[in-house]
Amino acid sequence: MSDLQQAAPLRKDKLIVSTAALCGCFGCHMSLLDIDERILDLVELVEFDRTPITDIKTVGKCDIGLIEGSVGNAENVEVLREFRNHCDILVAVGACAVNGGIPAMRNQFELKDCLEEVYIHGIGVDNPHIPNDVEIPLLLDKVHPLHEVVRIDYFLPGCPPSADTFWTFLTNLIAGKEISFPYSLIHYD
Amino acid sequence: MSTDKTFRMDGKAIPFEAGETVMDAALRAGEYIPHLCHNPNFPPHGSCRVCVVDVNGKHMCSCTLEAAEHMEVDNSSDAIIDKRRTLLQMLFVEGNHTCPACEKSGDCQLQAVAYHTRMLSPHFTHFFPKRSIDPSHPDMMFYYNRCILCGLCVRVSRDVDKKSVFAISGRGIDSRLVFNSPSGKLGDSDFSATDEAAKVCPVGAILPKHVGYETPIGQRLYDNKPISVVGDTIAKNHSEKPVVIGGPHE
Repeated sequence: MSDLQQAAPLRKDKLIVSTAALCGCFGCHMSLLDIDERILDLVELVEFDRTPITDIKTVGKCDIGLIEGSVGNAENVEVLREFRNHCDILVAVGACAVNGGIPAMRNQFELKDCLEEVYIHGIGVDNPHIPNDVEIPLLLDKVHPLHEVVRIDYFLPGCPPSADTFWTFLTNLIAGKEISFPYSLIHYD
Repeated sequence: MSTDKTFRMDGKAIPFEAGETVMDAALRAGEYIPHLCHNPNFPPHGSCRVCVVDVNGKHMCSCTLEAAEHMEVDNSSDAIIDKRRTLLQMLFVEGNHTCPACEKSGDCQLQAVAYHTRMLSPHFTHFFPKRSIDPSHPDMMFYYNRCILCGLCVRVSRDVDKKSVFAISGRGIDSRLVFNSPSGKLGDSDFSATDEAAKVCPVGAILPKHVGYETPIGQRLYDNKPISVVGDTIAKNHSEKPVVIGGPHE
């Protein structure tokens, strides 16, 4: 084992947090980063495992998993199930994860019609064809919120949940306190 | 208004007049009971059941229940809030309530009552019903996705505007709002943006055109204060000219 791989063992005295973005816009992760300098306090309390912040690609055993976005393709299902298998506490973060949000608006249409609108009939489409490379995850017929696929322990609504909502949630949870939000921190938009 | 008759709600004595409902007496005493299909300016309908309270051990609909002495009303226990939250979760999954994409967000009573019950998730499996919009009216939009079939537009258009525009058609999950016009389109009906019925929708189903985001998100009625403090969206529209037609049991 190289020095590089040994250099960053996950500390046992910290809770391990992983995050993932499924079918979403990454806005919830941006909102998490909006806790600004409090992230220095946060990394005293938690160690980040798989997350776009560390760029680690596989999820190990975690205390807390935060999932942004809804379930719109086969890869989303796989990642979500991996997180469920590895995280003690799994949290649906943001409108898409909680109720499907904007991506679920495509449920109003047939999937075939959506693909044809974008790749066949769309304005300015060159060489119209529906992409079928085996590397591209297959789209699901319908977009689903997370709780329709795996068991979810906590829900943080909002598009996105504010930085203060993340901060209140994580600090209360880590401290073992009852999670309680003031009125202004819970909204669906 | 003076009265010596009272019932008790959450340990507090609430005075009431003969024939008054639990809802009306509570609101008059400054106590908020969540409601969607009820508008204090109009006779009650009792269809959404969100105003459910526990009265002497039974679950009752407070907007249609006549107040009586010796009633012990539970309006705020965790058990009764759980019931209301479940009703709201069913309303959310039956329609397509995409708050981030709705221009009513922040002014929406469905959303505000859900906040009041501390609803964080829809809990149930979404129906994702395929529903359309009716943009045919020059001044008003109709979104089937957001309609919760409270019947307020039906009642107010009929009883106050004295028109025949709206009705609820179909049964059970197939129920939907219909418009009285040869084409079935709202634009071909007698509906006008100046009708009282244009102001009573508690959700974003009936909305005026051309004014979508005049009030920015963040400055809307329920953005910073709960509905139990600021009251109904519709109260804003009726603040200058309250419309009262008859008693609660007309």
